[in-house]
Amino acid sequence: MAKGEEKALRPKRAIERRGLAITGACVLLVAVLVLTLIFMVASRGLATFTTDGTPFASFMTGTTWNPHQNDANGIPLVGALPMIAGSFSVTLLSCLIALPFALGSAIFVVEVNPTFGTRVFQPLTELLVGIPSVVFGLVGLRIIVPWTRSWAGGTGYGILSGSIVLAFMILPTVTSLSIDAIRAVPQSYRDGSYGLGCTRWQTIAHVVLPSASSGILTAVILGMTRAFGEALAVQMVVGNAAQIPTSLTTPAATLTSVITTSMGNEAMGTVYNDVLWSLALVLLIMSLVFILIIHIIGRKGAPRG
Amino acid sequence: MMAGHSTSMGVEDVNLYYGDFHALKDITLDMPANQITALIGPSGCGKSTLLRCLDRMNDRVQGCRVEGRITLGDEDIKDIDPYDLRRRVGMVFQHPNPFPLTIYENVVYGLRRQGRRPKSELDGVVESTLRRVGLWDEVKDKLKASGLSLSGGQQQRLCIARALAVDPEVLLMDEPTSALDPISTSLVEELASELAHDHTVVIVTHNMQQAARISNQTAFFYLGELVEVGPTAELFVRPKKKQTEDYLTGRFG
Ligand SMILES: Nc1ncnc2c1ncn2[C@@H]1O[C@H](COP(=O)(O)OP(=O)(O)O)[C@@H](O)[C@H]1O
Ligand SMILES: [Mg+2]
Repeated sequence: MAKGEEKALRPKRAIERRGLAITGACVLLVAVLVLTLIFMVASRGLATFTTDGTPFASFMTGTTWNPHQNDANGIPLVGALPMIAGSFSVTLLSCLIALPFALGSAIFVVEVNPTFGTRVFQPLTELLVGIPSVVFGLVGLRIIVPWTRSWAGGTGYGILSGSIVLAFMILPTVTSLSIDAIRAVPQSYRDGSYGLGCTRWQTIAHVVLPSASSGILTAVILGMTRAFGEALAVQMVVGNAAQIPTSLTTPAATLTSVITTSMGNEAMGTVYNDVLWSLALVLLIMSLVFILIIHIIGRKGAPRG
Repeated sequence: MMAGHSTSMGVEDVNLYYGDFHALKDITLDMPANQITALIGPSGCGKSTLLRCLDRMNDRVQGCRVEGRITLGDEDIKDIDPYDLRRRVGMVFQHPNPFPLTIYENVVYGLRRQGRRPKSELDGVVESTLRRVGLWDEVKDKLKASGLSLSGGQQQRLCIARALAVDPEVLLMDEPTSALDPISTSLVEELASELAHDHTVVIVTHNMQQAARISNQTAFFYLGELVEVGPTAELFVRPKKKQTEDYLTGRFG
């Protein structure tokens, strides 16, 4: 390389280095923040077991939630199973409710009427994403809770009402990711199927959906992640009774709803406060598990022709 | 494999429009039974479009309008249910497009969609069609492997087997070797010649040697018009039109 050329390169190298430093610092900052967050939740959440002396098993499997009191052996009554069961119930049920609608509309948008899909339907679902969760909660209170009450009796609060509200909230996420998944199916697969004399529905059922299945699964799990972590709207309609759910229409509680209703009232360092952090830790771990699953699916679904 | 029920195809005064774009202009062409008709011409001249008319795949293209008469045997294809038509007129595409299913399921895909069939029948079809396309010995021990795990040439032969499994009378091939290596190309060419014994074969090709090697009749298209059609040997040796000659001698396209 000639000397002059090297000289010309020098300022470029400096810019290059500075760019690297700035972007690297951003990455570092985000990484530090995430790790701090995990560390903080973990250290506070684990205090329940280390400082307060609650056995881990009685937290995970206990069914009585009354952290202000101790049982006969002097162990705080911090059974989290009702909330864990509640959270998993609303998560699964909301996905079950949302999935058929999400899949149906995704199929319509991609396979039946793409023009309507991109012009009308997608902007509409994007609008749904932007609606704050308190609005969903209010609508749930005004419409879904009374509706549940009207046929199931009781208060109308419970897992079912929570799941329906959550289903609305995750619908746009699951729908738009399903749309992406179905759209990503190579056109050549459809041509191949139509070319053999298959109808649209045969093509959808036997080629399009199977090829899109890993993407659709990812959509569902992202929906689950959102449902699992949603607090406000659920808290408004789930009934907030920390007991093992015996029916879908009796008041229940979720991890998030207990944290949001109690966190403000309990002083730092008390058993009650610590155990709320333990609940948060469970939430955090579950979210990580969901994300891990998505990555595993992504890696498995990736190699396609 | 049932033999000898091949049916000729014909197009008469066909005009095709994509919206305002006039893509095929007054095309009249006979594609006789048990022969290979090659469609040649520069890119964009309408070869694939004509092929898609023959199995009504253009029905699926928005804004596409077809005028004129297209026949399968002595039936107007407008009177045939498009799904039945596509079973009788099979298509092999430019890029091998096996489904992301097993080799076995790729072959029986079309049959399964026609209704339940005993496994023994499906097994028989898988073996006979894979033998016919010369793939049986290569894949008989891994019928459960994904069709996508095969090489490009094998994939294309699998796609041909898949088309043959529903027992079509006509086979349309749209540049079936343009994505293949020379050895796979000659395998597919031999196969096309062999298939013409009991099928009507229409093949689009960019490769003039290929048309010369395997086809009985060649039609040369230019800008949506059928410039010249004739027996392959004649058309290649003594083209009647200047445009054909220019194309054959590589002066354009
Ligand atoms: N779906 C479509 N919509 C609009 N125009 C099209 C469509 N398909 C093909 N065309 C146009 O029709 C002409 C012929 O295309 P095609 O049949 O693919 O040519 P060839 O196969 O000979 O290369 C081209 O000008 C192409 O741009
Ligand atoms: Mg083409």
